[in-house]
Amino acid sequence: MEELFYPLLSIFDQPKIVVMWIIGAVLIFLAIKKEMEPTLLLPMGFGAILVNLPESGAKEVIDILFKVGIEYGEMFPLILFIGIGAMIDFEPLLSNPKLMFFGAAAQFGIFFTLGAASLLGFAPNDAASVAIIGAADGPTAIFVAQTLNSTYLSAIMVAAYSYMALVPLVQPPIIKLCTTKAERKIRMNYVGKKVSKTTKILFPIVITMIVGVVAPDSVALIGFLMFGNLIRECGVLNSLSETAQNALANLITIFLGVTIAARMTAEEFLKIETLLIMGLGLVAFIFDTFGGIMLAKVMNLFTKKNKINPMIGAAGISAFPMSARVVHKLGLEEDNQNFLLMHSIGVNVSGQIASVIAGGLILAFYR
Amino acid sequence: MHIDFDAFLAALPNIGKGYLGIFIVTAIIVLVVYMFNTIPEKVYEHERKKDEAKKNKTSETKWETE
Repeated sequence: MEELFYPLLSIFDQPKIVVMWIIGAVLIFLAIKKEMEPTLLLPMGFGAILVNLPESGAKEVIDILFKVGIEYGEMFPLILFIGIGAMIDFEPLLSNPKLMFFGAAAQFGIFFTLGAASLLGFAPNDAASVAIIGAADGPTAIFVAQTLNSTYLSAIMVAAYSYMALVPLVQPPIIKLCTTKAERKIRMNYVGKKVSKTTKILFPIVITMIVGVVAPDSVALIGFLMFGNLIRECGVLNSLSETAQNALANLITIFLGVTIAARMTAEEFLKIETLLIMGLGLVAFIFDTFGGIMLAKVMNLFTKKNKINPMIGAAGISAFPMSARVVHKLGLEEDNQNFLLMHSIGVNVSGQIASVIAGGLILAFYR
Repeated sequence: MHIDFDAFLAALPNIGKGYLGIFIVTAIIVLVVYMFNTIPEKVYEHERKKDEAKKNKTSETKWETE
């Protein structure tokens, strides 16, 4: 009989695990009821419950998955990037390449948060890992945090994915605060220039080489992302492209969510720093939005005709495609004939590239 | 948790270099994409003209035979 009650009684020795059960339940609730990034939050929530049950037999399996998929070579996020690359259509960006600057500007939150985290006493590698939440990209955040051996990987993951899901709530008030009504009403005509197939094929190859030479630590990230895109654009690997976008991405997502839970034990997760990291994550997203908008406003100072609607700068955050849709929706709210979607999609996909460059540079400075 | 102003000052150079670095890499990528967008157009324009000339020659021959 003792064997039956011992695990139950051991809960009283470790009451913190009950808090983790509640956190796991909250993540599951947010995933199902609020539909917030359910692909990651549900496995993470359930995994958090699994690893925090007394004498949990699941810990060993999840630890093995963590070692294989994340600790040794960050395999899961990199393979997921193949799927993400296969899903992205760079045509809106390639037809108007200067939109890429907004993607760059919208990484401001990463560097602002790096300063804030350093000021708050985080060790350099942890400050850099927390800052990369601002990349608004799960695989990049995992890759950087794991490579820098951050002790806050699980908190960083929960923060990154939660705020990515909260983009429709976080961004609009910041956009409205940083822009005037007149600016939000600026119309931008979309002239869909045709992009040649050769350009679409050369783009992923050349980008990988350029970014790889400048920031070698990002070769894995940019390389896998662009490999997925090349499979999509080459036109001769349609079945592989379908597989990458659907089966592969879904399979890795299932494993990734549960695997992150390996670092969601009560001892690792329930620290005051976790709350701080959640706060800093929000700061990162806010200043990402701010950075993108400010570049557009500065560019408008030098343009008399064809002004830029500053809201598209906010789409440079890498949360694809939510950020682009948020900007498009706000544009329609101000002027129901102002269709910003193609511009904001172009900026949004450029944010994906810029966030990977940022990740590579962060690794170069702090590895 | 404590306020560490020295750590903040130590991070400032990386903050500056990092943010500037993204813009520099982006500028290089933008230039490369502009090059891609012009060169293939010239190639395809050349190919298109060749095809048109071929079509015109074929229709002239057809007229003559009729």
